Amino acid sequence: MRVGVVVFPGSNCDHDTKRVFSEILGQDARFLWHKDADLQGCQAIVIPGGFAYGDYLRTGAIARFSPVMASVKAFAEKGGRVLGICNGFQILQEAGMLDGAMLRNKNVKFLSQRVHIKVEVTNTVATRGLKAGDVMGMPIAHGDGNLYLDDESLAKIEKERRVVFRYCDSQGQVTEEANVNGSRNGIAGICNAGRNVVALMPHPERASEPILGSDQGRKILEAFVGN
Amino acid sequence: MIQLRVLVSLKTSVFDPQGRTTLEALHGLGYKAITDLRQGKSFLLTFNGITEDEARKQAEEMAGKVLSNPVIESFKIERVA
Repeated sequence: MRVGVVVFPGSNCDHDTKRVFSEILGQDARFLWHKDADLQGCQAIVIPGGFAYGDYLRTGAIARFSPVMASVKAFAEKGGRVLGICNGFQILQEAGMLDGAMLRNKNVKFLSQRVHIKVEVTNTVATRGLKAGDVMGMPIAHGDGNLYLDDESLAKIEKERRVVFRYCDSQGQVTEEANVNGSRNGIAGICNAGRNVVALMPHPERASEPILGSDQGRKILEAFVGN
Repeated sequence: MIQLRVLVSLKTSVFDPQGRTTLEALHGLGYKAITDLRQGKSFLLTFNGITEDEARKQAEEMAGKVLSNPVIESFKIERVA
């Protein structure tokens, strides 16, 4: 499958992400420069982590106006699969492709640590073939990952089963302590109504090879390029 | 020349972790009378060659579309010069 990894000025997980898709998963992965509106026939698009445009103004706020984003939006509206990781999540929210917004972490610190997340639903482009309740360990690295949704949007997203991942402990228990950034309902990842746009704050690409300390994140990227 | 200031802040219904941390620091310094602190951003926009009404209309658009995120933030606009 041809996988496009979008590169903004300030993206810094683009190479890691492309490497997993091409070297580990054997896909035709390529970079898509944010100034180019042409998606080069890619069948799956990843918005990787980093600090697009230095996160000036707000995380993801400027990146959403890049030419590539109009194409990504049109691609998603036709049902194309899109995955956002960390800063990619924030960009998709600013672009109006996913609900909510990210606040500063509840303890006001940049958090760079390992967390566990639990698969909540398997009918999305990034969790097909996984098991609900599967627990995976992988890193987070963000200052603004405290997912905010107002009460109404939160109820809606829960009712429509669009919470894809939740922070949990190593046993899969969703606890206040495991929810390190203070996200509402411990949400680590969500999808759109079409279930073809998924994003999460943790970094599956940094947990896709045993040498990195965990390869549990690979399952998400594998699912994303699966049939 | 018209100068408008756009003040963007988190909606009152949204928890402001930075504001809270700063508030606690001020309490620690002995400023006990302060009961709340909300942090925000200020943008000073300078316009030329248009009327105040037009400038305000454009500033409203910019604030709603770019300068603030309506999911979590609200804004107000004031004339500075």
